[in-house]
Amino acid sequence: MSLIHKTAAELGRLIATGETSSVEVAQAHLDRIAAVEPKVHAFLHVDPDGVLAQARAVDERLAAGERLGPLAGVPIAHKDVFTTADMPTTAGSKILEGWRPPYDATVTQRLRAAGLVILGKTNLDEFAMGSSTENSAYGPTRNPWDLTRIPGGSSGGASASVAAYEAPLSTGTDTGGSIRQPAAVTGIVGMKPTYGGSSRYGLIAFASSLDTPGPFARNVLDAALLHEAFSGHDPMDSTSIDAPVPPVVEAARQASVDGLRIGVVKEFGGDGYQPGVLARFQEAVDLLESLGAKVVEVSCPSFTYALPAYYLIAPSECSSNLARFDAMRYGLRVGDDGTRSAEEVMALTRAAGFGPEVKRRIMLGTYALSSGYYDAYYGSAQKVRTLIARDFEAAFHQVDVLISPTTPTTAFPIGERADDPMAMYLADLCTIPSNLAGNAAISVPCGRADEDGLPVGLQIMAPVLGDDRCYRVGAAVEKAFEDRWGGPLLKEAPAL
Amino acid sequence: MSAITRDEVAHLARLSRLALADEELDHFAAQLDQIVGAVARVAEVASADIPPSSHALPLTNVFRPDEVRPSLTPQQALSGAPAVQDDRFRVPRILGEEA
Repeated sequence: MSLIHKTAAELGRLIATGETSSVEVAQAHLDRIAAVEPKVHAFLHVDPDGVLAQARAVDERLAAGERLGPLAGVPIAHKDVFTTADMPTTAGSKILEGWRPPYDATVTQRLRAAGLVILGKTNLDEFAMGSSTENSAYGPTRNPWDLTRIPGGSSGGASASVAAYEAPLSTGTDTGGSIRQPAAVTGIVGMKPTYGGSSRYGLIAFASSLDTPGPFARNVLDAALLHEAFSGHDPMDSTSIDAPVPPVVEAARQASVDGLRIGVVKEFGGDGYQPGVLARFQEAVDLLESLGAKVVEVSCPSFTYALPAYYLIAPSECSSNLARFDAMRYGLRVGDDGTRSAEEVMALTRAAGFGPEVKRRIMLGTYALSSGYYDAYYGSAQKVRTLIARDFEAAFHQVDVLISPTTPTTAFPIGERADDPMAMYLADLCTIPSNLAGNAAISVPCGRADEDGLPVGLQIMAPVLGDDRCYRVGAAVEKAFEDRWGGPLLKEAPAL
Repeated sequence: MSAITRDEVAHLARLSRLALADEELDHFAAQLDQIVGAVARVAEVASADIPPSSHALPLTNVFRPDEVRPSLTPQQALSGAPAVQDDRFRVPRILGEEA
């Protein structure tokens, strides 16, 4: 088996034992990137010389006897919303084109400290706002399963890079589903940790009370290893949780649901769900029962209000966060000809530098926060947030984890929902509640829909700081399905 | 009746510091009207007795010791600036001609 098809855990082992080198592994992935990027467009920036220099440095550190952890020397694709001092950081926006941040995000620092080799920066919906990467100012990423379809979003470059074997691992951020939805529609694993479990320092802010960095991988154990590598308390992020990282790697190795109580969310199904998605989900439910779990139906009535609440809360926070793009201190400046005021330059720059979805959300948030509308919109949405947290709390008294389809449909064609915001927003229907309540949730592959042969994701939701349960159940499902399928789902994907 | 008019969108664009073209205003007015109409549903369940949540975690007043620590140099802080003068950000005029 070639190096690009190996798991991150295997690569780490082979590098540690000297059977291969980080340089050799990096070169194999750079070759793959060169071969498939014209089709996939997962990356916004790749600097092959810089990658090989990083890999050489890791090989030297290992040769000198430094202990770096299980992923030392393994390559990773990094979402272009984390700052990197040695690479441009754009957030998929023209307003930051060519920007070189003066510092590394905490997640970036921790990847480097663990000896991971950053292959490049991956494409995303502008400022992580979207479900398809079509909102990137630099063109869409394509789904490796079907190049006419979206790879999900906002972390669509991250999901596509891993599904296309350009990287064994990638980072993402999840504000309303931006890790789990792309993972589901590309047939890989994506995890949203508990809010505050991974640092937001140096993550370009979209909605600060929701944004959560998390891992992508082709299997559950690799995702857990990456989760462990970059998570944990960060004094630079005042909303970071000062508690140990849940035992995610141990849980991924445990891979058992025997005796667990699992709740099926009653509200997620029926109208608007693709039949093939529901059929695969039902198979997963049956599978979990056959593995010894006790499966019951659980009602979370407020979840049906999660989507409207999210599309008030996230735009409100975004309208405030994106005020920093003022054409004064960094990024684009347009129209500064000596005659215009700072305010005029600001308005011209923001009009030229932001794409339509970002403008929509900034104005929507400005509306929801404006005096006279605040109580009816933002205030009500915050109350719904309380109700959703209460529904989760009640549910987790009855069951250990909740499950649902990750997305209502498989990957849709590029262009289909591009100018229909409400249709696009539905992609995050099942993922949003966990962002509003801050709890952990993962998506793992659960087969392909009969109608279109495209991957379907199973979402597993666990309580706040119960991240290990996501990995435990996810790994059990993965093992049982792979026994049935004769290997990972991704091996059924067409060759690129 | 529409929830949000074209004039309101023009006002929002001004508040948001977005110099939008006329055709953009028309396009966004229709879309924002549809979105606002859909998200207004939150009011159905938001009764007076429910406390609002601004955040998922019950964190308040997270402090760090008030100690001098290394930070960016002026050169680093100015490295991405559109215009620089005398180690400072150079900005367009912020006061009116008459001021």
